[in-house]
Amino acid sequence: MLTTPDRDRGDRSPWNWLLILPIILPLLPFLFNFDEPRIFGFPRFYWLQFAFIAVGVVCTTVVYQMTKRRR
Amino acid sequence: MSEHLTEIIIFSVLFLLVSGMGFVAARWRRPDNLATLDEWGLGGRNFGAWITWFLIGGDLYTAYTFVAVPALLWSAGAMGFFAVPYTIVVYPIVFLVLLRLWSVSHVHGFVTPADFVRARFGSPTLALLIAITGIVATMPYIALQLIGIEAVLKSMGVTGHLPIIIAFAILAAYTYQSGLRAPALIAFVKDTLIYIVILVAIFAIPAQIEGGWSGIFSAAQAKFDATPAPGDGILLNANNQLQYITLALGSALALFLYPHSITGVLASKNRDVIKRNMSALPAYSLLLGLIALLGYMAIAAGVKPIGTDNNTIVPQLFDRMFPDWFTGVAYAAIGIGALVPAAIMSIAAANLFTRNIYKEYLKPDADEADEARVSKITSLLVKVGAVLCILFLDTGFSIDLQLIGGVIILQTLPAVALGLYTRWFHRGGLVAGWVAGMAAGVLLLYNIGNPVTGKLHFAGSAFPLEKLGLDTKMTIYAGVLALGVNLIVAVAGTFIARGLKVAEGDDATRADHYLADEGDPRIKELDLTTP
Repeated sequence: MLTTPDRDRGDRSPWNWLLILPIILPLLPFLFNFDEPRIFGFPRFYWLQFAFIAVGVVCTTVVYQMTKRRR
Repeated sequence: MSEHLTEIIIFSVLFLLVSGMGFVAARWRRPDNLATLDEWGLGGRNFGAWITWFLIGGDLYTAYTFVAVPALLWSAGAMGFFAVPYTIVVYPIVFLVLLRLWSVSHVHGFVTPADFVRARFGSPTLALLIAITGIVATMPYIALQLIGIEAVLKSMGVTGHLPIIIAFAILAAYTYQSGLRAPALIAFVKDTLIYIVILVAIFAIPAQIEGGWSGIFSAAQAKFDATPAPGDGILLNANNQLQYITLALGSALALFLYPHSITGVLASKNRDVIKRNMSALPAYSLLLGLIALLGYMAIAAGVKPIGTDNNTIVPQLFDRMFPDWFTGVAYAAIGIGALVPAAIMSIAAANLFTRNIYKEYLKPDADEADEARVSKITSLLVKVGAVLCILFLDTGFSIDLQLIGGVIILQTLPAVALGLYTRWFHRGGLVAGWVAGMAAGVLLLYNIGNPVTGKLHFAGSAFPLEKLGLDTKMTIYAGVLALGVNLIVAVAGTFIARGLKVAEGDDATRADHYLADEGDPRIKELDLTTP
């Protein structure tokens, strides 16, 4: 009786793949483990990892908006 | 002590004000009956986006984080910044996984991760292991919150254990009365204070330092160049990059397996609240990154810790750089910052005991009021235990316990996180994997020494790959290695158990339970199937 969920009730969405980006980026030290270039005195190691926070926010926000349930 | 009088007065006033809120919280969003675990332990499962944001944020970013992460940058440099990638990686992972846990818990009325495992694999034994792991991993975490308060008190010249005991007695009293509503309400104040303090700090302190941010990084660079330690510096070196990323990933996976984080998630009203929070919570990561850099500011300002207690670095920096009254506010932010997570952690541990030990083994016919009563009492005992940890154990030892805590909580990943996606594992395999992962984790940590401090065992989480016979100076986070062992054994154990035709447990959940949402017309009907 309950084994066939409606189609739009699934969790699967191609948009979910976007979540891979903020998971992988911060785990690649060859991108950020450098001093130069500096921005406002911050070495790349620091400002780029701060930038990854923004990537995380953007990706999760997009996925949330695109997979929101229409009520 | 008298030169810190202004700080002490401001600290005490704010602390008492917030404690008052903790007691009043029992009446906030008042239910008809607080004597159920849903109400006392999960705040009625009805928190919206804002409350959840403050609650989970206040829960994950603890007083200890605020003092320990900058202390790590102060002493070791770039390695301490792992906290930033760690808190970036965690949210997208959780976005999908915990959403499913929320749904299935909503349908079945689960309060703890062990409740889920019990129903999914039909195994009280496995659930018991998950519950014990959660309780054991949480206790030292609560003790660390005390260390955070202690660092602040020490900086105000307040010594001895009595103030901490009083602070915790107050905390215990209002948690007992108000349950999860208390930390949820206090979290607003805590985070507002912390945001104000940090925003002031990152503008005011660099302005007082020669060369601003450039000067701060150069001073840190100069300090690390002058030390003989090979692993420090403002950048990573070839040998600690693997440690950096495995520690970030491993900590992220562990974070949401901790029972207190799951409590925060289960208390939210619907799936959208969780999804929205996973994109809004990284605001705290930004905060954490900035707080971490206070460690470098302390280097540039020439701040020294009190004695050998590196945890006092941030309080000492504030004392040096801020006027007294604002230092008092900053100290209150850290002190109150300890109360929110400590309250949620003790509630989570208490719920594990009540649901998965008391009701399962001691009194199977316990009704809802019984459950709430046992949880309230257990939450008191858990706090007493944490205070005893601080009084009778060396505080360095509490930190070691927390390190072990992170490694052992990771061993619940196959049953809890993978269990949300697949029923493939056999309960026997999962139990075997848990045992193997736990043994491997403790063994690895036991073998980590630190030549600088002369400590031979449990001196960190960076396991040298050299000790496995590999020709390298690289290190790796012990938790990830132990989880690898766990998974291999769980897979092998599953094949063996199936081969021997060992009985499978019943699965009380069905595919669409993992997708249910608030107001689902079928929830009521499904409630009858609660095991």
